[in-house]
Amino acid sequence: MQEIAKRIQNRALELLADGTVSRVLGWEKGETQADWTPALFESAEEMKDFVYGEYAGANLSKYCLKLKRLEGRTLVVLKPCDTLSFHQLTKEHRLDREKFYIIGAGCKGMKDEAGTLLKCNACKGKEFVVYDEIIDDEESRKPSAVMDRMDGVSDLEKMTAQQRYDFWRGELSRCIRCNACRNVCPACTCEKCVFDNPASGAASKAPVTDFEENMFHIIRAYHVAGRCTDCGECSRVCPQHIPLHLLNRKFIKDMNELYGDYQAGEGDDERTPMTSYTKEDAEPGIVKERGNA
Amino acid sequence: MQKIGVFVCWCGSNIAATVDVEAVAEAMKKEPGVVFSANYQYMCSAAGQKMIQDAIHEHGLTGIVVCSCSPRMHEATFRKTAEAAGLNPYMVEIANIREQCSWIHKDKDMGTAKAIVLAKAAVAKLRNDTPLQAGTSAVTKRCLVIGGGIAGIQTALDVADAGYEVDIVEQRPTIGGRMAQLDKTFPTLDCAACILTPKMVEASQNEKINIISYANVEKVSGFVGNFKATIRKKARYVDETKCTGCSLCTTKCPSRKGKDEFNMNLNTRGAIYIPFAQAIPNVAVIDPEQCIKLKTGKCGLCEKVCSAGAINYKQQDEVIEREYGAIVVATGFRPMDVSALNEFAYLDSPDVVTSLEFERLMNAAGPTKGTLLRPSDGKHPKTIVFIQCVGSRCEENNRRGKPYCSKICCMYTAKHAMLVREKYPDTDVHVFYIDVRTPGKNFDEFYRRAAEQYGVDYIKGMVGKVAPENGKLMVQGSDLIENKQVKIAADMVVLATAIEPDPTARAIGTMLTASMDTNDFFTEAHPKLRPVESPTAGVFLSGVAQGPKDIPETVAQAGAAAAKVIGLLAKDHLVTNPCVAQTNELMCNGCSQCEKVCPYGAITYIDKEVRGPGVREVRRIAQVNPAVCQGCGACTVTCPSGAMDLKGFSNQQIMAEVDAICR
Repeated sequence: MQEIAKRIQNRALELLADGTVSRVLGWEKGETQADWTPALFESAEEMKDFVYGEYAGANLSKYCLKLKRLEGRTLVVLKPCDTLSFHQLTKEHRLDREKFYIIGAGCKGMKDEAGTLLKCNACKGKEFVVYDEIIDDEESRKPSAVMDRMDGVSDLEKMTAQQRYDFWRGELSRCIRCNACRNVCPACTCEKCVFDNPASGAASKAPVTDFEENMFHIIRAYHVAGRCTDCGECSRVCPQHIPLHLLNRKFIKDMNELYGDYQAGEGDDERTPMTSYTKEDAEPGIVKERGNA
Repeated sequence: MQKIGVFVCWCGSNIAATVDVEAVAEAMKKEPGVVFSANYQYMCSAAGQKMIQDAIHEHGLTGIVVCSCSPRMHEATFRKTAEAAGLNPYMVEIANIREQCSWIHKDKDMGTAKAIVLAKAAVAKLRNDTPLQAGTSAVTKRCLVIGGGIAGIQTALDVADAGYEVDIVEQRPTIGGRMAQLDKTFPTLDCAACILTPKMVEASQNEKINIISYANVEKVSGFVGNFKATIRKKARYVDETKCTGCSLCTTKCPSRKGKDEFNMNLNTRGAIYIPFAQAIPNVAVIDPEQCIKLKTGKCGLCEKVCSAGAINYKQQDEVIEREYGAIVVATGFRPMDVSALNEFAYLDSPDVVTSLEFERLMNAAGPTKGTLLRPSDGKHPKTIVFIQCVGSRCEENNRRGKPYCSKICCMYTAKHAMLVREKYPDTDVHVFYIDVRTPGKNFDEFYRRAAEQYGVDYIKGMVGKVAPENGKLMVQGSDLIENKQVKIAADMVVLATAIEPDPTARAIGTMLTASMDTNDFFTEAHPKLRPVESPTAGVFLSGVAQGPKDIPETVAQAGAAAAKVIGLLAKDHLVTNPCVAQTNELMCNGCSQCEKVCPYGAITYIDKEVRGPGVREVRRIAQVNPAVCQGCGACTVTCPSGAMDLKGFSNQQIMAEVDAICR
């Protein structure tokens, strides 16, 4: 990984020097050894702090939104799974592809203090869906998933409705509404989030019960359904270690089963399972059937 | 603060029997904003409407809630009432306490409690109502008729007669439809072609009517008064403007394997053919599946014999885009495929035929030149069994048939039986029936003539099995009146096959967003009061596309549809529905999700400078075309940020209703 990091750094310096890009979006070291944090480098001088390696877990796609109106192009380093998020944002017209120079960075799975990231254990693959160039090596192209992505969801599905309800009530009771999950999510890109919009009736409203507070996560899962690439950032950043990715994966699993396999962020097809209708679509009654199962 | 009046209707005993209307009116007096509340026997009556108008004046009402029947029934009435009293017509809310309350409850306490909740919801919504202004849109004075059978022809003739341009789009190479295939018509026994072909000629000669044959409607966008259709005219490989219809090519064509669709595939035709002698347009067409020249590049015989030089093997499909104010669906029917009904041996013997095949076998222009000969050996059948209700009136969810009565079979079977007995008196004719249904002018007299004067043997009962045996068809059935099993050795069996909507109807329904029932018949806007209109504004129904019909009914309905079309095209402008979606530009992300779900293509995007608190930048913003938007609300529920909202049905209004119900 150090060799890939060096190559990326050198290439970024070249692109800065020849004026192809005006800045570089990458990572720098944070406060602890396992904490690498997204950072913007605007000169060769600043680039000496650039790092890439096993702690570069953060998905930089969402940060691109803040840079999209700046002069010139921005170089962004994206791991294979990050490119799905980036491409999804361009499909939704939130990013202009031309404003970014993408270096696809080879990845062997990322870590934090606790070990390999959840999302990396269920790695979706090593393919870059968008890039200007790829910097990787033989090792980083090998598959590295050690579990099925839907294992956790299947466990939940085996529970009774009451058990599942208790599970989520328990997990979500720890939520402190810090909004980290929403702020990091590359699918949560509304100019004004409904939870911040007084007119929506959901913001600045005293909750009647604590269940209402739990609904935040369920509503969020609905809002990103069909657009969530399963990048896993929500669970990674949650300070309360709530397995939020399970909500999104349940949606993905259901959509795959009901409307055919679909990976948000892949392809240029504008049709998505939640916004397109075909005659083969499941009838609404399926909800009841599956609910009883 | 709104000043709201609530008016509770008894609807005679329709509501008052199950809902304590007095209690509802009393309860509403306590609702915030309500300054007047009353009940009356018939709110929709002149006296009821006057009561509303008087209250509006007397109490200075800013909005009214009428607790009555479904808004589909009288919303328009009460909007007019309010408007006449100086209120904005969109400051009227209807609480449906009839269809959704009194009619479905038995217990009066429960019914009353529910009516109060429904009224509260309407009041809560009204508190959030704002006056809306309807716009106008121009009307394109041209009508599209989809289907060129008798229904489409009649509608086109009537619309053209009023002076409007009409395009008939017919999928087959000629207009005429199913009626052209019939031999005689009941109950008068006049020849179908003799009464149909003059109408076909009239349509083709009418300056206002443009026949686009061998064509399909591919796409329809727009809305009432302003539809835009894309029509694909298939390549005929014959220049319509040059072909004289001499039919020399059709006799010279060496390919003879094509099935003659007009004769129900009972004989073959050339690769180049004219469907029938009176076809309109009377122009040949090449079947590319059969044409040796198109398939192998060799032959070209038709081109050589055509003195008009009309043959063009390089002809391409032509795509026509045109605007229309009204669209009439006249897609008609086809006989159901009976091959799955094994008991009738349709696939096992050529002498088991459907009624439409029988029409062709009786017809002078048919494969046997009008002499009734059985298909297997060309001999005169001496015993014929007719079986009624084949595929009709099956149990619901029975995949073998249709749940409905096909309506025309009793009468045409009587006609067939009568014609056979008249032409070939030595023939025994038996008819198996469940019931004989003859509700029509001179229908029962006709059937009785068949049974009583023509000696047709009517047997009440169904046939269990038809078995080919030594050149005969052994028909086993039951006679329910004699209470015995019957076995008849027949030479021919005729199946009174159920009719079903043309297979293209479903796709056209989807294209027009016109609703259909489970059998793919188009649904009326109201089954009794608006029988020729689709619920989709500007789309009208003509003929069997709406449900089984005989010819006189079809012609009557076709004329009624034409009257509705004329009524629409006579207007220069239409008032548009102001309850359309609109974008909150400050919240719109430009993500295109609303555009993807919009069934009407009403949403486009522009780059626009957005200004708001702390915001001043160019963003991609959704724009709703209010003339195209139908107010379905799909965009509002899809928008993740809530930037899309529907005027008159805003999220806020709906949440207020929900809150009022749940409180």
